[in-house]
Amino acid sequence: MSAVDVQELAASYGAGAPVLRDVTFSAQGGQAVAVLGPNGGGKTTLFRALLGEIAVSGSVAIEGDVAYVPQTERARLDFPVSALGVALMGAYARTPWYRRLGAQERERGTAALRRVGLEDRARDRFGSLSGGQRQRVLLARSLVQDARVLLLDEPFAGVDRASEQAIIAMFDDLRADGRVLLIATHDIEQARRWDRVLCLAGRQVAYGAPATTLTTQALEETYGAEIVVLEDGRRAVAQHHHHAHP
Amino acid sequence: MTEILRSGLLQRALLEVVVLGAACGALGVWLLHMRHAYAAESLAHAMLPGLVVAALVGVPLVLGAAAGVLVAAALIALAARDTRVGSEVAVAVTVTSAFALGAVLALSPEVPARLGELLFGDLLGATTGNIAVACSLAALVAAGLAFGHRALVLAVFDPVAARSLGVRPARVELALLALLAVAVVAAVQGLGNLLVFALLVAPAAAALRLGRSVRGQVVWGAALGGSAGVIGLVASAELDTAAGASVALAAVAIFVVVAVIRPRSAAGPRRRSPLETLGAGR
Repeated sequence: MSAVDVQELAASYGAGAPVLRDVTFSAQGGQAVAVLGPNGGGKTTLFRALLGEIAVSGSVAIEGDVAYVPQTERARLDFPVSALGVALMGAYARTPWYRRLGAQERERGTAALRRVGLEDRARDRFGSLSGGQRQRVLLARSLVQDARVLLLDEPFAGVDRASEQAIIAMFDDLRADGRVLLIATHDIEQARRWDRVLCLAGRQVAYGAPATTLTTQALEETYGAEIVVLEDGRRAVAQHHHHAHP
Repeated sequence: MTEILRSGLLQRALLEVVVLGAACGALGVWLLHMRHAYAAESLAHAMLPGLVVAALVGVPLVLGAAAGVLVAAALIALAARDTRVGSEVAVAVTVTSAFALGAVLALSPEVPARLGELLFGDLLGATTGNIAVACSLAALVAAGLAFGHRALVLAVFDPVAARSLGVRPARVELALLALLAVAVVAAVQGLGNLLVFALLVAPAAAALRLGRSVRGQVVWGAALGGSAGVIGLVASAELDTAAGASVALAAVAIFVVVAVIRPRSAAGPRRRSPLETLGAGR
């Protein structure tokens, strides 16, 4: 059975027309899927649909918990919380409201930070960490949450090259656990790295292995006039907008 | 000062203001983190007609305050639903209208209470019943903050991911505004319609500069709020000044002192439009 199975999904905000339609794909445990598309293409809408935040038609079947890992600057960087405190937020949903987080949860939080290589920064304020470190702390939170499916919103935005490599290594580690990663990105070259790619432009344009899916036609349908051909024949997106939630 | 403290009148007032100050100071920390300072001021001011009507009819002011808060919140929400109006204008128009209506009613000869008592409170006139009501409502606020701590943390720190972690930020914000209404209702009899705002915001603003964690900030907020009550009330007895106004000035003085000692806030909230609070989408 697929860990994520989406059939004929259409999603809309309120009573309006669907902003995303005709989405059908599935992903097995251990797979990473790039969700590729321009601003307004439906990447965030797909994530919100998978989280059950908006009404959808069609069917969505997900095995286990889903964690959403936002862009780090979407969190309040001025809020007084440590890296360990953020990791422990992954235990909130499983802890009754009347019970304090105990030693067991703290050990899980510390272990998650150790796994992302930040145990020594556990007491540091989240907002004082670099973009790449913050991203890793948010990944630690999803580990504490023990989510089977991770929805990652532009995880490489604002991250330096060294941190990007560290995060990619972590993604490989998470895939080895059997987790499914859905990685929203604008970056075509980044999308080629993963097992599958889902192209969205208000609808599903294409889905499959990058080598066969990222064709000139699919990229032009996904990005329209934004796509340019580089000298070496590769395609790139001409305008790199900031990501915006609808 | 020992003689002052022996006065039963002042002892009751001290008890009430310490409890209210602690509850308002702790609540204020979360209001500032959620950037709802303007909501606090709006709700406090917009309840004036309810207070005046309660005085006219002869029911406890606390009931009038509760009705005033509910009507004001409903009017703001209703007006803000109209996109041609918007939440900012809705809050401003509702608060101004409610305050003006309250002043007109209060100046009618049928109103037994003087307008000044409604606007500035009457700490020294606190009865045992007043204190019991204030303590009960303050306990409700404290319990809400304690049991809702984790939900508040997620709703403030990471509202985008909160739902996947089991928390609905919009509901948390509504719950916080409900606690605000409870605190304002509890404090208005003693501190008045205009001055309650000082206890909600000034100690909390100081606490944000002192606490290294949000729990620490909440504890600082409660301690500074209670201290403002004691300092203000003792000063008012010594200097023969208005009690409510003295407490408000003490709260602001505490903030100024802390701001001088600790000019950089380790965790101060970012500035944004103050009116992104009540109304549409809330």
